[in-house]
Amino acid sequence: MRLSPVTSQRLAVGFMWLLTGITFAVLVFILAFILVHGLPHVTWTFLTHSPASMGREGGIFPMILGTFLVAGLAVLLAAPIGVATAVYLSEYTREGRLTLVIRFGADCLSGVPSIIFGLFGFVFFAITLGMGLSVLSGSLTLALMVLPTIIRTSEEAIRAVPTSYREVSLGLGGTRWQTVFYVVLRSALPGISTGIVLSLGRSISETAAVMLTAGSALRLPRSLFDSSRTLALHFYLLSREGISMPNAYATASVLIIAILALNLLAYALMRRFAVKVGH
Amino acid sequence: MASRALGAACMKSIFPTLVVLLVFGTICTGCRRTSERSVSLLGSTSIQPFAEMLAERYAKDHPGEFVEVQGGGSTAGLQATESGLVNIGMCSRSLTAKEALVFTSILIARDGLALVVNRENPVIKLSVEQVRALFAGRVTNWRDVGGKHGPIRPITREEGSGTRESFVRLVMGKERIAGRALTQESNGAVKELVKGDPAAIGYMSLGLVDKDLKAVAIDGIQPTVENVLADRYHLVRPLLFVTKGAANVAARKFIDFVLSPPGQNLLASEGLVKSQ
Amino acid sequence: MKRDKVIGAILLAVALSAITGLAIITVFIFREGVPIILRVGPRQFFLSTDWDPSLGHFGILSMMVGSLFVTVGAAVIGVVFSLSLAIVLTQFAPPGLSAALKPVIELLAGIPSVVYGFVGVVTLVPLIRQWLGGPGLSVLAASIVLGVMILPTITSIAIDALQAVPKSYLEGSIALGATRWQTVTMVLLRAARSGLVAAIILGMGRAIGETMAVIMVAGNALDVPRSLLAPVRTLTSNIALEMGYASGDHRQALFATGVTLFVIITILNTAALAISRQRAGKRRAT
Repeated sequence: MRLSPVTSQRLAVGFMWLLTGITFAVLVFILAFILVHGLPHVTWTFLTHSPASMGREGGIFPMILGTFLVAGLAVLLAAPIGVATAVYLSEYTREGRLTLVIRFGADCLSGVPSIIFGLFGFVFFAITLGMGLSVLSGSLTLALMVLPTIIRTSEEAIRAVPTSYREVSLGLGGTRWQTVFYVVLRSALPGISTGIVLSLGRSISETAAVMLTAGSALRLPRSLFDSSRTLALHFYLLSREGISMPNAYATASVLIIAILALNLLAYALMRRFAVKVGH
Repeated sequence: MASRALGAACMKSIFPTLVVLLVFGTICTGCRRTSERSVSLLGSTSIQPFAEMLAERYAKDHPGEFVEVQGGGSTAGLQATESGLVNIGMCSRSLTAKEALVFTSILIARDGLALVVNRENPVIKLSVEQVRALFAGRVTNWRDVGGKHGPIRPITREEGSGTRESFVRLVMGKERIAGRALTQESNGAVKELVKGDPAAIGYMSLGLVDKDLKAVAIDGIQPTVENVLADRYHLVRPLLFVTKGAANVAARKFIDFVLSPPGQNLLASEGLVKSQ
Repeated sequence: MKRDKVIGAILLAVALSAITGLAIITVFIFREGVPIILRVGPRQFFLSTDWDPSLGHFGILSMMVGSLFVTVGAAVIGVVFSLSLAIVLTQFAPPGLSAALKPVIELLAGIPSVVYGFVGVVTLVPLIRQWLGGPGLSVLAASIVLGVMILPTITSIAIDALQAVPKSYLEGSIALGATRWQTVTMVLLRAARSGLVAAIILGMGRAIGETMAVIMVAGNALDVPRSLLAPVRTLTSNIALEMGYASGDHRQALFATGVTLFVIITILNTAALAISRQRAGKRRAT
C-alpha cells in the first residue's frame, strides 16, 4: 500500500509533534514531581537552620552556604583566569601550532567526565597537598573542571567579534589593550557571561567531583579548610539512604529553583548586553 | 581616561594573579590541619548514623567542640586515617594482621549482621548454607528456599565495605559473590532497594533494620540484640574506632565519651550491642 | 606602549598558569594510569571481564561493554527525540512557538543529574520491574535517563545544523513540487547530515561521562549485561564507587579507567569536529 506524499507527511509530522510533546511532558513531569513534593517543605526555618539527626530534621543552611562557597569560589577563580587566557590566546598571540594544540587540549578537557576531575582532586588536592576534605579542595577541583569550558566559550565569543571593530579602534589611536578591553570584550560579553553562568550552574549541580573533595560534613563550615556538604550531595545522600524523603524533595526544590533562577539571569544578561552592543 | 584604563587593567589581570598567589599561600599553611581541627571521623556507613547521633549528643554536652562525621566505607575510613585526612576511622569489621600493625582500634560496640528481605516476601528463615548458595548464584529461585516462585535478586555492597567484608568472612567463606548481584554503596541504599523490590535480599547492619524490612532468622535464631548478647546469633561483627598511633587530645575526649555509660546507652538504645 | 607590554606580560603569566594547571591534570592522570595498564598487560586490562581488586585482577571489559550499551541506548533515544524536536522547531512550528520553546529545552540541561537519577529510581525503575521484569535497575533504565539528559545537547547542535542549510535548497525543493516532509527527508537531512552526526557523537560523549544518574538506576552489577533488563556497571560508576577506598594498584587501575575514558571521549570529540569541518569544507567548495 503506497501512501501519498501528503499522507506520509501528515503521519511523519504528526509523529514528530507527538515526540515533541512527550519531551516537554517529561520535562514538566520531572520539575512538577520534585516541586510538588518539595515546595511545601521549603520553609524559612528550613532554609536558615542546620540539620539534625543526619538530616532527618532541621534545615539545610550549611548546605546552602557550602554550595555558595564551593561553586562560587570555583567560578571566582576560573572566570578571570579563563577569560584572561582566552584573551591572550586570541588577541596577543598569532594563530599557530601552539594555539591549535592549546585549543584542542581545552576542548578535550571540557569533555572529560567530572568524576575524573574528582579522582584527580581527591588524590592531588586532598591527599598529596594535604588540604583534606574541604571547601578549598572542592572549589579548586571544580575550578579546574570548568576552566577549559570558560576558555573555549570566551575564545569563541572573542573570535566572533568582527575584525572591523578592532581595526576601527586601532585606527582611532587605541592601544591593543584598550581595543581589547573597551571594544572586543564588551562585544563578546554576552557569550562570555553565558559561558560563566553555565559553568556556575554546572558547579552547583556537580556531585561526583565534590563527594570526595569537599566531603560530606553536615556542620556549618567555619573556614575554607572545613569539609562542607553541597545541596546536590545532600539531596543525593538523603534520597539514596532514605533518610528523609520530604527533606530530600525540599532540598532538590531549592536546588532546581536556584539553577532556574541562574539560567534566567543568564538569559536576561545575554539579552541586555546584546541590546547594548547593538547586535 | 588613562587611569581608568589602568584601574580596569589591574582588575582584569592582577586580581586573578593575586587570587592564585593567595590560594597557593593558603595551601601551604593549610597542610597539617587535622591536628588543629577538632574531631573528624570517616568510614563505615554502618557506624555513620550512630556516630552522627553521638556527635550531636557530644556537641550538646560540650558546646564549642566540633565533631565531623562522613561515610565512605570501612576501608576508606582506614585509608583516610592513614593519610591523615581524618583523626578517627570508622571500621565495621575486625582489622587484618597487617592493619593491626599500623592502626590502634577501639571497640565501641558490636553489631549483628542481618539478612533482610522485602516485607512481602513470605520467607522468614534461612540457613547459612542457603544464604551462601543464594549469594553465590547457585540458587536462583525463591521457591527453592521456601518462598514463592520467582527470581532471587541478591544485593551486595562495594568491596571496601566493612559490612561486606564481615559478610564474606562469616557467610561466604571461600565462595565468591555472584557477578550479577546488584551493588549499592551504603546500608541505607541497600535498605531502600530491598524495601522497593519484593524479590531482593541483602545484608546490612542489624542496628539499622527498621519496620520497613524483614530480617530473616539464620539457622533458626532470630536476629535480635538479645540473641547477639547471648551469643546465640552468630553473625556478629565489631564496630571499631580506629586511630593511627595514639589519638590526639580532642579525639581522645570524644572516644572516652563514646565508651562512657551515656555513650554506650545511646548506642544500645539504637539497636547496637554494648562493647563490654 | 609600556602599559600595554605590562598587561600583555600579566596576561601571558595568567594564561601560562592556566594552561600549565590543565596540563598537570592530564599528565597526572596518564602518569598514574598508564603504568598499571602496562603492568597488567593491555590485553588483560581491556579484554578481561574479571574485575576483582582484592585479588589484583583488573579487567574492565564488562564495564566497557556496560558503558557501550548504555551510551548506544541513550544515543538511540536521543536521536529519535532530538531529531524530531529539531525538525519540528525549525521546520514546522510557528516562529513564535519556536523561540519560546528553545530556552525551555536549555532548562532540561540545567537540571542536576542527581535529580534525573532520583526521578528515574522512583518512577521509571519500579515501572520496568513491574511491567518488563528484572530488577528494574537496568541498561534500559540507564539508557532512558541518559537519553533524556543528552537531549538538550543533541537538540541545540542539531538545530544549528539544520538552520545552517541554505534556504535556497529548501525553497528549490518546494518549487520542484515536493511536500515539506519530502523536502526534509530528501534535502534538509541530507544537507545537514554531518552536523547531525556531529551532534549525536557529542551527545554520546556526554552520556559516557555521566556518573551519578547511572549509579542510581543501573544496578552496578559486575557481570556483562545479557539483556536490556539486566543490571550494568559503567566505567564512570566504577570509579565513583571505588575511589574512596582504593589504594595502590587498585587506585592506579581507577586512574587507568580514567585514561580509557579520556581517550574514548577525545576520539569522539575529534571525530565530531572532523565531521563538521568536512561539512564546512564541502560548503565552501559548492
